[in-house]
Amino acid sequence: MIENRMEGINEKSPWQDMTVGGVVLAGGNSVEFLTGDWRTQTPVWHPEKCKQCLMCFPYCPDSSIPVQDRKRLDFDLDHCKGCGICAAVCPFDAIEIR
Amino acid sequence: MSKKDRLSGNEAVANAIRQIDPDVIAAFPITPSTEIPQYVSSFKAQGKLTSEFITVESEHSSISAAAGAEAAGVRAMTATSSAGFALMHEMLYVVSSDRLPVVMAVVNRALSGPININNDHSDSMGSRDAGWIQLYSENAQEAYDNMLMAHRIAEHPDVMLPLMVCQDGFITSHGVENIVLEDDETVKGFVGEYRPDEHLLDPERPIGVGPYGVSPYYMEMKRGQTEAMCRAEAVIEEVSREFGELTGREYGLFEEYRMDDAELGVLCIGSSAGTGKDAVDMLRARGVKAGLVKLRVFRPFPAAKLASALKGLKALAIMDKTDSFSAQGGPLGAEVRSALYQTGVIVPAVNYVYGLGGRDVRVETFEEIFAELEKIADGAPAEAFRYIGVRER
Repeated sequence: MIENRMEGINEKSPWQDMTVGGVVLAGGNSVEFLTGDWRTQTPVWHPEKCKQCLMCFPYCPDSSIPVQDRKRLDFDLDHCKGCGICAAVCPFDAIEIR
Repeated sequence: MSKKDRLSGNEAVANAIRQIDPDVIAAFPITPSTEIPQYVSSFKAQGKLTSEFITVESEHSSISAAAGAEAAGVRAMTATSSAGFALMHEMLYVVSSDRLPVVMAVVNRALSGPININNDHSDSMGSRDAGWIQLYSENAQEAYDNMLMAHRIAEHPDVMLPLMVCQDGFITSHGVENIVLEDDETVKGFVGEYRPDEHLLDPERPIGVGPYGVSPYYMEMKRGQTEAMCRAEAVIEEVSREFGELTGREYGLFEEYRMDDAELGVLCIGSSAGTGKDAVDMLRARGVKAGLVKLRVFRPFPAAKLASALKGLKALAIMDKTDSFSAQGGPLGAEVRSALYQTGVIVPAVNYVYGLGGRDVRVETFEEIFAELEKIADGAPAEAFRYIGVRER
């Protein structure tokens, strides 16, 4: 388990509490950065058309298609930037971009 | 045992680097600093240096490689001049804001244009706001000594800022002088080992270096950076004191030459100080109360102490080896006037722009300046700034 040594440092902290050089004293925390709010278009998954071929999941540049027990789940819209690659590669029109 | 030798400024700095034996050296050749990495690579080929020597394709890359090495937790050095220095400009800010104590040898050369390979201070002065500590050297000995003190200052826990040791291109970089070299063990003992608290190569304690600074954090980070620069002044004095005890060679933030009872004073940076001191001696022999202050530390700017050293003067010449094109003179002129204003010291002062692109500065140049200062001390008006050593109609 990676220790998070950034506890207590937040957007209300005084400058004296910042780390030297703004170093982030933790790892594996990119998930905390919600890139989903960059999105202008949103993918919509139609499970009834989906054959679970899993073509979409390796193409997603933002790891925003969670897979569990060899089946994809609905989009992680906290991180999906709406690029549309998943819809373009889906052979079954199971992903629509709105 | 220290030993006496005859070395150029570049050889002196290369020997300092050999003795410091940093983990990484990344450099790209440019006149007049080329000899530094050249000598260093020879030392490496002769087995006198254990450093990883990275040859790169540009100065943007040499400073970036040094930054990466420092982030990985080791000591990294580089060297440059002029256009190469300017190509580093963006990365200089990255290195300082990431608080990576890279040490760089700068051999000052005019920055184009017109293109010119000779000395002035337009390269390093152009990046004076990049957040680096700047030490300037009068001669090869000072370039060597400043380099030996550099890591102790830059890596001090109160500081953690990059540092550049500047010397004048060709005038000192290629001029051969008698200098005193400390022995390797003494240098290694003084410089010590570098073990940063945090670095990128510790899998047990992963960190991120150089993150995007979103607006809610950016200004707090800059405030911390400026605090480090404020603390650097005391650290420079402390390290210099310790260096003086070790070697007998004393350094401060600036050097005062015959200033005790001086009425007419000249303030300058770098090799011109040696010429200026000769002029001061000649004037003193004629009964003129002349003195000189040579600024060693330009960043952080020792405003209060400098103003205190200048306060008894009746007239002052502030000499800039670069023009800020502010229509008000050069950077030293602006900062010294600001320091005087802030401390309530009123001294009539002229800001002279001189020595651009390798234009010689001679004892006679200083005599001309002191003659003008005499008139100003007697009540003649002081021009805000003017060029000296230029042909005029």
